[in-house]
Amino acid sequence: MLFLSQLINGLQLGSIYALVALGYNMVYGIVKLLNFAHGDIIMVGAYIALFSLNYNHHPVVAALLTVGGCTLLAIVIEKTAYSPLRLAPRLSLLITAIGVSILLQNLAQFFFEARGRAFPADRLLPTGTVSIGDATVSYTSLLTIGISVASMIVLTFIVNKTKLGKAMRAVSEDTGAAQLMGVNVNVVITFTFAVGAALAGVGALMYGVRFPLITPTIGAMLGLKAFVAAVFGGIGSIPGAMIGGFMIGLLEVLVIHMGYSGWADGVVFMLLIIVLLVRPTGIMGRNLMEKV
Amino acid sequence: MLKVENMNVYYSNIHAIKGVSFHVNEGEIVTLIGANGAGKSTILKTISGLMHSKTGSISFNGENILKVAPHRIVRRGLAHAPEGRRIFLQMSVRENLEMGNYTQSAATMRERMEQIYVHFPRLKERHKQVAGTLSGGEQQMLAIGRALMSRPKLLMLDEPSMGLAPLLVVEIFKIVRECNEAGVTILLVEQNANMALSISDRAYVLETGNIALEGSAEDLISNDEVKKAYLGA
Repeated sequence: MLFLSQLINGLQLGSIYALVALGYNMVYGIVKLLNFAHGDIIMVGAYIALFSLNYNHHPVVAALLTVGGCTLLAIVIEKTAYSPLRLAPRLSLLITAIGVSILLQNLAQFFFEARGRAFPADRLLPTGTVSIGDATVSYTSLLTIGISVASMIVLTFIVNKTKLGKAMRAVSEDTGAAQLMGVNVNVVITFTFAVGAALAGVGALMYGVRFPLITPTIGAMLGLKAFVAAVFGGIGSIPGAMIGGFMIGLLEVLVIHMGYSGWADGVVFMLLIIVLLVRPTGIMGRNLMEKV
Repeated sequence: MLKVENMNVYYSNIHAIKGVSFHVNEGEIVTLIGANGAGKSTILKTISGLMHSKTGSISFNGENILKVAPHRIVRRGLAHAPEGRRIFLQMSVRENLEMGNYTQSAATMRERMEQIYVHFPRLKERHKQVAGTLSGGEQQMLAIGRALMSRPKLLMLDEPSMGLAPLLVVEIFKIVRECNEAGVTILLVEQNANMALSISDRAYVLETGNIALEGSAEDLISNDEVKKAYLGA
């Protein structure tokens, strides 16, 4: 059935956007920074995975290297670029994030060359298809959705049940009050960047499988799309990022299926404009009303 | 127990606290009274490390905490229930209390929570409820309960009566006194001077960043100037 296979196709794409959007929203929730370098961390992750797999590492090793590499990179960026600006105006921080993004893209061009490299997706996930009813669905689609959803469940557990996760929520709601509880805000910020980047690492693997041509600029468009997903879902909201990501993925696949593949990106950004006009807080966005 | 000497705090160019010195002895309830903008909350924020004094010292149990980070000050036994309650509105009542326990061991948390629930049975009834849906009085109780979770030796309360119905104000002050009787020293900031002085040992009257008057609560309650300016008599 065409509908089912397109639905799974859309969910696969959407789960990648959701993973990336989560990183945006978690960081925004804590430091009110739109981390525009987030997409480029994924680009670096995709290269790590590519080299590791070409080096004949076991897929699990490659995955761990990718997730670990992205996490480490994000911590280094946070400590060197963002942390010194903690008391600076938010705009300085935003401009710095754009600077980091440009830096990463250019470093990647310098070290990895500008040409596209083929991502060895078949070494990471099993190839082949499975029939569900009349529909034929690839293993990689199902695995991508499964791994992404599993990552989100782990994240939800961390945020809701662990001490650091609760501290994250407390800091994102009221940094000063969290400090008065004894929370070391710097630790929470670093932890948030690390968790966001770990999800980005998973996203990098899934992106490579879906679009197996890696260039130094893949992070830019992916980052922007995930940003739209984040705004659509509600900036700063974790469930919002998940919902937003899946919605954007489904929308894109729908537009392509209708025969307007050239319009897919345009429709996504049109959606951003509409959301900003109609409901700037997004689907899950908080009302700014508070009980006094 | 707490000794503030020559505190000077600035909001960029505005000199908000001008060389204030005062102290709190162990076991006391001490109140800072003063009009809006006199600098009461700023003093508490400076003690707990959220703001900084350019001069002087803040000594707590004999150690200078002037340059200690806020999250470390809580560990030393100084809790601050800030102005406007500042509870975590999107977290449950229980989670708010868990945050209060952040510096303490998880093993003793349940026991401590039960002790808090004795003072605040309403919080126990609503422990699963999201804090933002509580009434103003319940939110204030949660703010105090949360601060008590850290087992403070000194508890600073900023305007606990703000926005509450008179009956609730009486209840809150009753609880403050109970905490004090249980061994917690209290530094209170209040606009409701009448109520505050009635439970305090001593008080300081603040006027635009200076201490204008100090003395025992009994003396201040019968002082003509204080009566005129703060007690509405």
